[in-house]
Amino acid sequence: MKLVTGVIQPHRLDDVKSALEAAGVRGMTVSEASGYGRQKGHTEVYRGAEYTVDLVPKVRVEILVSDADAAAIVDVVVGAAQTGKIGDGKVWTVPVDDVARVRTGEHGDAAL
Amino acid sequence: MELDTGATAWMLTSASLVLLMTPGLALFYGGMVRGKSVLNMMMMSFGAIAVTGVIYVLWGWSMSYGSDIGGIIGNPFDQFALQGAIYDEAGNFLIDDFGVPGIVGVGFQATFAIITVALISGAIADRVKFGTWMVFAGLWVTFAYFPMAHMVWGGGLLSGDGPFASIAAPIDFAGGTVVHINAGAAALVLALVVGKRKGFGTEPMRPHNLTLVMLGAALLWFGWFGFNGGSAFTADGFAGLAWVNTTTATAAAVIGWLVVEKLRDGSATSLGAASGVVAGLVAITPAAGSVSPFGSIFVGVIAGVLSAYAVGLKYKLGYDDSLDVVGVHLVAGLWGTLSIGFLATETGLFYGGGVNQLAVQAIIAVVAVVFSAVVTFVLAIILKPTLGWRVSEEAEVNGIDLAVHSESAYEGIQSGSVIKEVRA
Repeated sequence: MKLVTGVIQPHRLDDVKSALEAAGVRGMTVSEASGYGRQKGHTEVYRGAEYTVDLVPKVRVEILVSDADAAAIVDVVVGAAQTGKIGDGKVWTVPVDDVARVRTGEHGDAAL
Repeated sequence: MELDTGATAWMLTSASLVLLMTPGLALFYGGMVRGKSVLNMMMMSFGAIAVTGVIYVLWGWSMSYGSDIGGIIGNPFDQFALQGAIYDEAGNFLIDDFGVPGIVGVGFQATFAIITVALISGAIADRVKFGTWMVFAGLWVTFAYFPMAHMVWGGGLLSGDGPFASIAAPIDFAGGTVVHINAGAAALVLALVVGKRKGFGTEPMRPHNLTLVMLGAALLWFGWFGFNGGSAFTADGFAGLAWVNTTTATAAAVIGWLVVEKLRDGSATSLGAASGVVAGLVAITPAAGSVSPFGSIFVGVIAGVLSAYAVGLKYKLGYDDSLDVVGVHLVAGLWGTLSIGFLATETGLFYGGGVNQLAVQAIIAVVAVVFSAVVTFVLAIILKPTLGWRVSEEAEVNGIDLAVHSESAYEGIQSGSVIKEVRA
């Protein structure tokens, strides 16, 4: 099993969700995140005082998938999140040893 | 004098409007601080209501309007606890020259003292012991506010009965000197004595909730109609003139502030609009009864421009007036007081009145700054080694709300907890 994590632009979340649902993904975890990559942050002004904000808002999408599906799901997220502009984000996978469904106690692929 | 129920109704309404300004100020200031200290900021306003609301009836009224001592203060024992200020000898309510019961005037004036104390708190946000603030509030209103109110409005040195009136009668319609210069000068002195917030100039200290700031500014504007309109002391044309001038000057100040921001910073901001509102309200306060609506546009727009530039002074000069009480209240208060010398429709320089009015306005402004600064400095220096001004560094960093009030304003990610003990 793999954990696919995408850190994406907040305004792409709805498209990513729809694309994942169309690809058969039945669950995901979404959380607010902040960070920066190659793009710079932005500047805010309060009563003439400038604040440079390095960390920009992002959304983190996490999906648990079987090993066989992982590469395709990464492509789905990349395809749906892409705008072509700087700051689009990253998607990565990491191996997962085991998964348990809390309601039934099932383990492994059966719990996905 | 016969009871005038219309005037009385307006003055009770005005008093209520002015009292609303202080909770409005709590929102205005509360939104501008960081989320970890918003409750403390609001509590400083509510604390000012609590302390001043009690003190005013005990000795505040008497020190402001009691029998004169040296042109500086009224005798605090003259009408202590309002004895002799409510009923005449026959047991009927005393009625003032406008047909309004004296007790209504007491309430109206008490609300001015309350908001003035609360205004100062913006300069020392995020870092001050609440207990010290409460003690300071009581001392400051007694030794700085009441004397100033007496000097300007109670027949003292800076009033039409004082020595400077031989040049021209000083004009302070609703509190340019008593409220805004007084609070602004005190704010500057306190910011210097108390010292900077930890991280000032290096860490971001952004307003945590600009919607609260906008709401607070709106409530201040609404309440200010009582502040200025009520300062006519009756429901008449002066009240109407003050109402219109208050609106026009404030609108013009918003434009002034936003234009400066657009040209200097590239964006017209909501904080700038809210700040322009307050700068305009402050500046028109002393002038609301003596300038024309046309003149009030100049009072307002110049106030907006001056204050928009003045709020940057703290970074240049290195003092931490957290929420710009100096830049907004002192600067706009000084301009408003001086603007009368130029724009008063009967005595102003631009209306052929010569320089006398301008000179006397400058004199009362300077005396107000010096008096307020000296009294505040003495009180602040006494409190520093005794009660102490600053909370611990740990409390300041982790959030003064939790450290001082055992509360936090917003729910973060926290694990659940159980009630161990209910104190009843």
